[in-house]
Amino acid sequence: MKHFLTIFSHEVRMLLVSTNTYIAAVAFLSMMGFIFTGILEDYSKAVLDVSPASVFFQLYMLPVFFMVPLLTSKCLAEERRLGTIETLLTTPVTTAEVVLGKYAAAYLLYIAFWGSTCGLFYILKRFSGDAHLIDPGPIIGGYLFVAVSGLLFIAIGVFASSLSRNQSVAGILSLTFLVGIILGSRYLGSASWLDREALAPLKDAVEYAQISQHYQDFTRGVVDTRELLFYLSGTVLALIFSVLSVEAKLLHS
Amino acid sequence: MSAIPPQPAIEVTHLVKAYAGVMAVNDISFTVPKGEIIGFLGPNGAGKSTTMRILTGYLPATSGQVSICGYPVASEPDEVKKRIGYMPENNPLPEEMRVSEYLYFRGRLKEIARRKLGSRIDEVLELCDLKRVRHKIIGKLSKGFRQRVGIAESVLAEPPVIIMDEPTIGLDPHQILIVRDLIASLRGRMTVLISSHILPEIEMTCDRVLIINQGRIVAQGSPAELRKEVLGQSAYEIEAAGPIGALPFLLGTIDPGLSVAGEGPVDAQGFRTIQLKTLNSEDVGEAVLRACLSEGMRVRALSRANPTLEDVFLAATRRSWDAVAENPKAQERS
Repeated sequence: MKHFLTIFSHEVRMLLVSTNTYIAAVAFLSMMGFIFTGILEDYSKAVLDVSPASVFFQLYMLPVFFMVPLLTSKCLAEERRLGTIETLLTTPVTTAEVVLGKYAAAYLLYIAFWGSTCGLFYILKRFSGDAHLIDPGPIIGGYLFVAVSGLLFIAIGVFASSLSRNQSVAGILSLTFLVGIILGSRYLGSASWLDREALAPLKDAVEYAQISQHYQDFTRGVVDTRELLFYLSGTVLALIFSVLSVEAKLLHS
Repeated sequence: MSAIPPQPAIEVTHLVKAYAGVMAVNDISFTVPKGEIIGFLGPNGAGKSTTMRILTGYLPATSGQVSICGYPVASEPDEVKKRIGYMPENNPLPEEMRVSEYLYFRGRLKEIARRKLGSRIDEVLELCDLKRVRHKIIGKLSKGFRQRVGIAESVLAEPPVIIMDEPTIGLDPHQILIVRDLIASLRGRMTVLISSHILPEIEMTCDRVLIINQGRIVAQGSPAELRKEVLGQSAYEIEAAGPIGALPFLLGTIDPGLSVAGEGPVDAQGFRTIQLKTLNSEDVGEAVLRACLSEGMRVRALSRANPTLEDVFLAATRRSWDAVAENPKAQERS
């Protein structure tokens, strides 16, 4: 892991000098601001009993669906398309270091984007003067959920990027995977054919993988280690698959 | 492996690489002593790039052994990667980095200490004549500069073995000269393995040449040895006038193998150009000249044709195509 920091800092620098990062950041913040304003408008019309933060974070999947492919589709696909993976892997660097370095840089940026939405809550607090709108519980829970689930989502994006040398194909693949695990698990959870006795273990597994359920637990302040384990093990698995995929592509190149 | 103390820089034994049933590299063996510059020649698809990639540890071999500075590539790839500088075909570079940033990043990956790196980057920029563009973005550089960035990168960590896949492709003659001097300046300090299509290039820089075709080594040796070995004959050209008809007999008295290979038309002064060839490698020029003069011929010019590496290359690859039949071991020479 000697070279992890070298690759990580290089990747972060590359992301910071790239115009795309700033375009993505502006697009992300405008969208989140728009959503946030919409939520506040609803609150100004009627008194609702949930905090605006929990409504805001409920829409986590929207930015996930477009930000994750945007941040990760380039990382390995571009290296392979340009052939720079060849010069990279002929230095004393392991594939795992390359994948991890790129993953960590993308995750950092993802967190930074989400972190910038703190500004929205700050503005609300500064100008509303209404303490009950700013309930710290759901805000902290929401950010914690974003940070933990982001581990898995970014890892899935990196894995998709390792599958193709075409950046757009990688992007679409990662979108598909993300929709599959976020919406697919919700759909399966509500499917009635899973209610049969014989399929009970399967039903349990689907219940365990309900990302929207996890979100609700987090905002309510319940941090379940099983849920943490779900994201951590998923992340590790996706990263291992990415490393294997990069290496397998070399063998069959 | 061998008991001889000076360890070869590159040692390849019975290397085989098959891609989905196609033999890209078929039982290649060679050794490169330290400090030698070796040229890798071959037509497209001969297996040059594949061999180089296996040497760098980027691709695994199907069978056979490769070791760099005594470290087997298959079992100790990290040790090998610390000892090579590799510039792949087409020289892929990240488009959006600056030259000095790129060299810094590569230097860190190659485990050069941070405090030494700055001065080392200055050195290689100087060496490759890149000082002017050090702050430019690589994607905006011309081909010649990009190529030199690749070369600078491969010599950056001063590795004992440098492998370059077609380093002079796309360069203008002036830049080729710079690159050639650059490679020549590494002689003795580093072992350099380069592949090229430009034959005079190889002839001028390399101590030894390996000609590879269809995954096999068809000839190896210094350019001079190859000429003798592959072509196996020397040719002369004489411009003479007078009793030309006696020439074949005369030639027979000098050297039984000497014969007339072709005759040109008679020009305005009554001279014609005659090509002679012999299997004898000794110089028979003087004897031919004396014999011609004694017979009353007038001789205007006599020259010994010097076959280029190009002729050798064509002859060697043609020979291997002819002999593509059933003797894979025939090319084994050392």
